[in-house]
Amino acid sequence: MAIVELRFSALPEHVRTARLVASAVARKAGVDEQLLDEVRLAVGEACSRAVALHQRGGVDTPVRVELEESEKRFSIEVGDAVPSQAAVAAGDGGAAAEEDEDTGEMGLAVISGLVDDVEIVGGDGGGTIRMSWPLVGAPVR
Amino acid sequence: MDLSLSTRTVGDRTVVEVGGEIDVYTAPKLRECLVELVNEGNYHLVVDMEGVDFLDSTGLGVLVGGLKRVRAHEGSLRLVCNQERILKIFRITGLTKVFPIHASVDEAASATD
Repeated sequence: MAIVELRFSALPEHVRTARLVASAVARKAGVDEQLLDEVRLAVGEACSRAVALHQRGGVDTPVRVELEESEKRFSIEVGDAVPSQAAVAAGDGGAAAEEDEDTGEMGLAVISGLVDDVEIVGGDGGGTIRMSWPLVGAPVR
Repeated sequence: MDLSLSTRTVGDRTVVEVGGEIDVYTAPKLRECLVELVNEGNYHLVVDMEGVDFLDSTGLGVLVGGLKRVRAHEGSLRLVCNQERILKIFRITGLTKVFPIHASVDEAASATD
C-alpha cells in the first residue's frame, strides 16, 4: 500500500496540478491507460467543486487529495473543509454567474457518469468524494 | 498548457477556435470571449473544439451560458468536435441533445436548423 497526499490552497489554478499529479500517480500504480482520462477528469471535477465550496464558504484551509494504491484498486479521496450544511447553502445561494449555478451539480453528474465506484459523503468537518479504479491485472470487481 | 482562443468569420458565422485545456481556471477566458462576441452582435457562433485537450463541467457550463446568450437573440451555437474523449463528456451529461455537434467547421458553418 502506497500513499501520495496533496494539499493545495483553494485556487482554480491549482486544480490542473492536482489533475496532473493524480494521473501520474495512477499511471505509476498501474491503472489502465484507457482509464487515465477518466481519472484526470474525475479528480479535476472533484477538486473544482471543492475549490468552489471553499471560496463560496470563505474557508481558507486547503483542499486535500489523497491517492492510495492498494493491491487491487487505486483510490482517490478529495476532501473539502466545508460542513455539509454550509455546502448546501453555498450551492444554493452563491452569487455566481448564471452558468456557474449548475456547474457543481454538473461536476457531480460527470463524476457519477464516469466512475463506477464513487461515494460522496458530507459531514460537519467537510465533504469527501471517494473514487476508485481497478489496477491492471487485478480481477474486475 | 493554457487556453488559446482565436476568432474568424466564415460566411455569416463567427468561428471560435479553442485550443488547450478548458477547466475551472481557464473557462472564465472562454466565457469572456463568448460574452464579448454576443455583445458585439455576433449571434451565430461555431466553437471549434478540435484543439481542446481537456474539458470539464466548468467548460460545459460556459458553453451552456453561451448558448443561452445567443438564443436570446435567436442565434445559434454549434460545436465542432471529433474527439471521443471530449464527446464522451457531452454524452454523459446529456448535452449532445442540447448542442448541435459537427464533424467539421465547414459542416457547422453551412448547417441550418
